[in-house]
Amino acid sequence: MMQYIPFNIPFVAAALLVGVALFIFLFKRNLIKIVMGVAILSSGVNLFLIALGYRAGGVAPIYTATPEGVMVLPVPQALTLTNIVITVSVIALMLTMVMYIYRHMGDIDAKKSRLLKG
Amino acid sequence: MEYLTVHSPILIVAIPLLAAFIIPLLSRLGSKVRDTFNVSLLGFVTFLVAILAIDIYANGARIYTLGASVPELARPEGYMVPVRIMFQVDGISIFMGLTITVVALAALVYSLQFVKNETGQDRFYSLFMLLYVGMIGLVFTGDMFNLFVFLEILSIAGAGLASYRVNLADAVEGGFKYIVISAVSALLVLFAIGILYGQYNLLSIAALANTMQFNTLDMIALAMLAIAFVMKLAGVPLHMWAPDTYAVAPAGITPMIYMSSAASMYALYRVTFTLYGGQFDTMPIGWVVIILGVLSMFIGVMMAIYQTDIKRLMAYHAISQSGYMLLGVGVGLAVLTDPVALANYGRDAMNGGIFHIINNALYKGMLFLTAEAIFFRIGTRDLNKMGGLAHNMKWTTIFFIIGALAISGIPPFNGFASKLLIYESVFRFNPLLSIIAMFVSLVTLASFTKVFYSAFTGPEMPAYREVREVPKSMIIGMGIMVACIIFFSIFPGLVVDTIVAPATDALIDQASYINGVMGAAP
Amino acid sequence: MSVLMYGYAVWSPIVWLVALLVLAAIALYVRSRGQKRYKKGTAQTDVFLSGIQVPPAEQRHIPAHNIYWGFFEALKGFYSTMMRPHTGIINDYMLWLVAIIALTVLILVLTS
Repeated sequence: MMQYIPFNIPFVAAALLVGVALFIFLFKRNLIKIVMGVAILSSGVNLFLIALGYRAGGVAPIYTATPEGVMVLPVPQALTLTNIVITVSVIALMLTMVMYIYRHMGDIDAKKSRLLKG
Repeated sequence: MEYLTVHSPILIVAIPLLAAFIIPLLSRLGSKVRDTFNVSLLGFVTFLVAILAIDIYANGARIYTLGASVPELARPEGYMVPVRIMFQVDGISIFMGLTITVVALAALVYSLQFVKNETGQDRFYSLFMLLYVGMIGLVFTGDMFNLFVFLEILSIAGAGLASYRVNLADAVEGGFKYIVISAVSALLVLFAIGILYGQYNLLSIAALANTMQFNTLDMIALAMLAIAFVMKLAGVPLHMWAPDTYAVAPAGITPMIYMSSAASMYALYRVTFTLYGGQFDTMPIGWVVIILGVLSMFIGVMMAIYQTDIKRLMAYHAISQSGYMLLGVGVGLAVLTDPVALANYGRDAMNGGIFHIINNALYKGMLFLTAEAIFFRIGTRDLNKMGGLAHNMKWTTIFFIIGALAISGIPPFNGFASKLLIYESVFRFNPLLSIIAMFVSLVTLASFTKVFYSAFTGPEMPAYREVREVPKSMIIGMGIMVACIIFFSIFPGLVVDTIVAPATDALIDQASYINGVMGAAP
Repeated sequence: MSVLMYGYAVWSPIVWLVALLVLAAIALYVRSRGQKRYKKGTAQTDVFLSGIQVPPAEQRHIPAHNIYWGFFEALKGFYSTMMRPHTGIINDYMLWLVAIIALTVLILVLTS
């Protein structure tokens, strides 16, 4: 089954996720959607990192009772775990700020809820 | 003392990190215990930075490998590349470390009185220590992924502190813009790190610089890294978040967020000079940095003179002065591969740009603190409503005059010394850039005259008759910076020879950075 | 130690300060030869605005958005062009980011 999926599918998927996230940032005005855009960008970058470490036909990088074959690279998996943790705290902070903006301004449209311009 | 010097890179990062988690516990014992703990801890870290600086200026760059049997052991036995997390402190890293520590100490002493009436003070100091850790970690690190992690730490702590006063609507908006900008920039940096890792299977900066071939994927990675860092340091045309965020942050935090931008500038130089420089022609990326610098200078100051909110005006000036630094070091970057031009004016341009970093941190930080001192006593930042404050706030007025003359490049202050270096050397590169820089300096003086007239001179307003001078800890915080400004003004030669010239050498000399890691004997 | 020497010239703040003190001494000497006889507290030290009645302090002080009026009036076109991109909307900030990254990639790829 695995040989029918071209090898580049994860990279294409990561590029699509980054593209969708960029589209959300550039054109959507709702602040909650912008926060979702950051989450999707982070997912795209995480997928890109994991896909970099894959070796065809590889096994998990664990040294106990290892089957035969090459191992996938463990370093990108460590980078991705760190990035997931950082993204969780960033999203939590952003959502708290959106909540306060709604409490003060009553509106979470990026154009209507701004006070600072010029 | 030998133990402290050898382990100082990790102690400087670890001690404030531990303090950030102890402060909420210690606050249960009362506010005086917490204040004393904060100031003495930061004083001890300043001492550690000082002894590390003395060691580096005497002996050269120092590396610290986490997890090795001896801290100077860069590569494990049998390995050809460094694989462990490493701190590598060379001339430019310790220069930024000294700048950040002085500004953090002044900002902390200033904040002791400023946040006295707010709630949640233990979280304020905790985040302050985390912000300091993020900045110091960013400038000391020796591999790319730690760069990303410390960049995110300082973004999150900075955004949390910028929106500290959640009862004001514009504070939360400024903090929200800052965290979105920082999150997107940091994710683009991680994407570029992923591209570099996928090609070379290396994360350490020295090892990557050794094996870098400049193919198309590397160019895409360089563009993403450079522009993400330019967005974090608020260079035009990516600067529009900076006035919003700098204006609403509480006092003492605005200089720290401004130092985060300076740390991002350090990261830009580290990527362009050390990771990519040396063997490849740096003229295109150098010209990109120069054009961004000139745009920042010009548009920053023309927008600044138009504002009527005192902190927004000063934030636009911070953007404009960052343009000077980008111009000076960009000229050095553009002529990096041309030894004649480098010896003729490139080195002086870089000396001017790097000297301007510490000068600007001192006087810009102090100007932000005086603006917040006015806000502390009056409650508004609008210049239309102020007037005649020099009758009552004499110390603030004197500090403001010193800061305004220094930022405009009036002799004998330190701003004049660094701007003179930049004017003279950039003139030999391209005369038009130098003329634009002089015009910008003129308009800077004009806009600070506007602020001085509106806020300080004039008749004494009846509404402000009971305004007194700010409390003593705030004056001491500003006084630390003024003392440094006066010292740098009277001894510019000493400062340039001791602190700035090793930083320039560390940036230009990529080979010694690589040899510090790859050639280190086990 | 206090002299900054670079490739073409010398900047010495001590020499500048000494020159400033000498000139200030000359200026103070010239000023001291002036008229000293005036009476404080009488009409000789009051504010004089060409004979009109002096308005109270809030109306005398020029507000900040009126200072440099001539400069802003002359550069009105420039400022209206500059204010248009400076919206407060965060989507526009991202647009600039994507545009500048694309431009930089083009510059780097085309000049190598």
